[in-house]
Amino acid sequence: MENLNGYLVVSAILFAIGTIGVLTRKNAIVIFMCIELMLNAVNLTFVAFSRHLGHFDGQIFVLFIMTVAAAEAAVGLALMIAFYKNKESISVDDVNMMKW
Amino acid sequence: MFDNVWLIPLFPLIGFLINGFFGKKIKNEAVIGGIGTLMIFMSFIVSCGILLQMIGLPPEQRVFEKVLFPWIHSGNFKADMAFLVDPLSAVMIMVVTGVGSLIHLYSIGYMHGEEGFYRFFAYLNLFCMSMLLLVLGNNMLVMFIGWEGVGLCSYLLIGYYFHKKSAGDAAKKAFVMNRVGDFGFLIGLFTLYWWFGSNHNIWTINFTEIKAASHLLPYGGVVTVATLCFFVGATGKSAQIPLFTWLPDAMEGPTPVSALIHAATMVTAGVYMIGRMSFVFIKSPETMMVIAVVGAATAIFAATIGTAQNDIKRVLAYSTVSQLGFMFLAMGVGAFTAGIFHLMTHAFFKACLFLGSGSVIHSMHHALHKIHSHDDAQDMRNMGGLRSAMPITFITFLVSTIAISGIPGFSGFFSKDEILWQAFANPYHGGLNIVLWGVGALAACFTAFYMFRLVFMTFFGECRINAKAKSYLHESPLVITIPLMVLGFLAAVGGYIGLPKLIGDMFGGIPNYFEHWLEPVFALANQYSAQYAHHGAHPSHAFEWSLMGLSVVIALIGIGIAFTMYVQNKDLPGKFTATFPALHRAVYNKWYIDELYDFIFVNPCKAFGQFLWKGFDVIVVDGVVNGVANVVMGFSGIFRYIQSGYIYNYAFSMALGVVAILGYYIFK
Repeated sequence: MENLNGYLVVSAILFAIGTIGVLTRKNAIVIFMCIELMLNAVNLTFVAFSRHLGHFDGQIFVLFIMTVAAAEAAVGLALMIAFYKNKESISVDDVNMMKW
Repeated sequence: MFDNVWLIPLFPLIGFLINGFFGKKIKNEAVIGGIGTLMIFMSFIVSCGILLQMIGLPPEQRVFEKVLFPWIHSGNFKADMAFLVDPLSAVMIMVVTGVGSLIHLYSIGYMHGEEGFYRFFAYLNLFCMSMLLLVLGNNMLVMFIGWEGVGLCSYLLIGYYFHKKSAGDAAKKAFVMNRVGDFGFLIGLFTLYWWFGSNHNIWTINFTEIKAASHLLPYGGVVTVATLCFFVGATGKSAQIPLFTWLPDAMEGPTPVSALIHAATMVTAGVYMIGRMSFVFIKSPETMMVIAVVGAATAIFAATIGTAQNDIKRVLAYSTVSQLGFMFLAMGVGAFTAGIFHLMTHAFFKACLFLGSGSVIHSMHHALHKIHSHDDAQDMRNMGGLRSAMPITFITFLVSTIAISGIPGFSGFFSKDEILWQAFANPYHGGLNIVLWGVGALAACFTAFYMFRLVFMTFFGECRINAKAKSYLHESPLVITIPLMVLGFLAAVGGYIGLPKLIGDMFGGIPNYFEHWLEPVFALANQYSAQYAHHGAHPSHAFEWSLMGLSVVIALIGIGIAFTMYVQNKDLPGKFTATFPALHRAVYNKWYIDELYDFIFVNPCKAFGQFLWKGFDVIVVDGVVNGVANVVMGFSGIFRYIQSGYIYNYAFSMALGVVAILGYYIFK
């Protein structure tokens, strides 16, 4: 597959966007979506390598990751609701108790 | 009977345990006092049994050792819990249990109604046990337990009225000064043990074994070092120069304690120890001379202070120091028998004097209490004319005073005169002898003076307390007067078992029983001393008679001066004080020895303590501890800002970390 590099570049860009989003955005839901973006960037890499190497292992991994991501979405959203009940906000600026 | 020697210290121990643990619950004074007295009296009975059995044996068989149980066996070192019964320890246990029983009995009356009655009897029993261990121990370590035990009990009993600051201070002073002496004792013990072990492979602290090996000891040298260390121990326990200042302060304790511990028994431990190791001490002529000089100096020094004190117990305390000086003088001139003899007679008359003064104080206190007066019940200036109110106390007191003054026919005369004679005629100290005798005779003169001053001020003349209080003065109850009568009797006749040969010969050759009794104990020492003794021309009998007469005259002079100053012409003391104000002030303030010691030892120690506290502890120790904490706090104060608490900061550093690690693996 001659255009493996193209997939990897797209995947890297997606991952970087996700990372920057996680680090810079304040809204917990947006951060959550950025994490999904990072996961999917990884998925893209897996699929690209799977196709490139002619193995199915990578695609099986992708299915697992999507399952875990769905579970994670459920837990994450539950956490956010719980947090919102306490603080009437979902901005991560209000989550600042993790210090000395 | 010898086999039962372990019962002697056991009975007081039982008494201590019962009164110590259950006394507070028992409450009943008769039961508590009864138990305490009964226990020591049972020891007395066992002691009598041992004495009787020993009298029945020929002199060379009068030694018995009883091993109770092995105590410390470690390598070469061996110390058993074992007792040594010989004529010397027999004399000591008789004195301790005999006088001890009487004083226990007396205490029932004297301590009546005191808070902590049970505590008093528990301590008194514990003291007796320790003292009996001290005199019965067959090795230096058992002796040392007793040595420390009596020191502890002395501390506890001096501080009996612990709510009084002066009593607490006096107790601490006694304890600390005794510790200085104990240190010397231990060093002496180690020196002797080390020398025998390293030079002759005899690793022992057992008196009998040391005695058997004592011929190996050199004259002087290491023996001088060891014996001087032991003597330092003796000066602490027996209140000799330089460690004597605790004893007068120890009068803060109840009077029976002064009689038992600070007159009859504990303070004689140093004398006993020298007697027990006479065969070691005699091998060092230098130590013998030091002992004689210190003894004579203490005798005269304490006697001078005694002449100016107004507290009845303090006069007796200085008298005790002075009489102990006589005992050490005897030891130092090689007259061990005379020293032990004086120890015994002194125990009788001084215990009687202390108990008599206690009886007076008891009565004075009662009378002053009745009229709600706060005058000092112990100050002789408040007394006077007590003779008619307290006849039994007066007579026993007078008999003991005559005995201590050295009037012929009474016990003190025989023992003191023997010491003075030996100080003069001993073959060891050459030209020093005449000085020793002179100082001793002068001290005897002072003794007669201050003792009769005490009697005249207390029992004769006008009663100086309030007339209303006078009617409340009364003789003490029987439980107090019986011990007084027994001790007074002993003070009068106790000397006849040790008649000097000169007098014995006059009455058809009555032997000196006491000397014969102790002969086996001190025979070896006398044998060793022949090495350096230089016998000159033996003084004639006429000369001995005249010296004896002279010492009687000296005593009579002392009594005469006291009579003139305190009965006939009562203005004289005041005039004397006015003429020599500096001298009187110096004597009254005990030659400023306490102040001197404060200046030389106590204050520098305090200053050093202050320095260690404020200089070393606060700055260095606390500085290091707080410094470490401050450094840690400083750094954490900076680094804590890394922990912002915001998730994205943590996430960022995580990402940075991942990048760094990956970067490392990619570009390495």
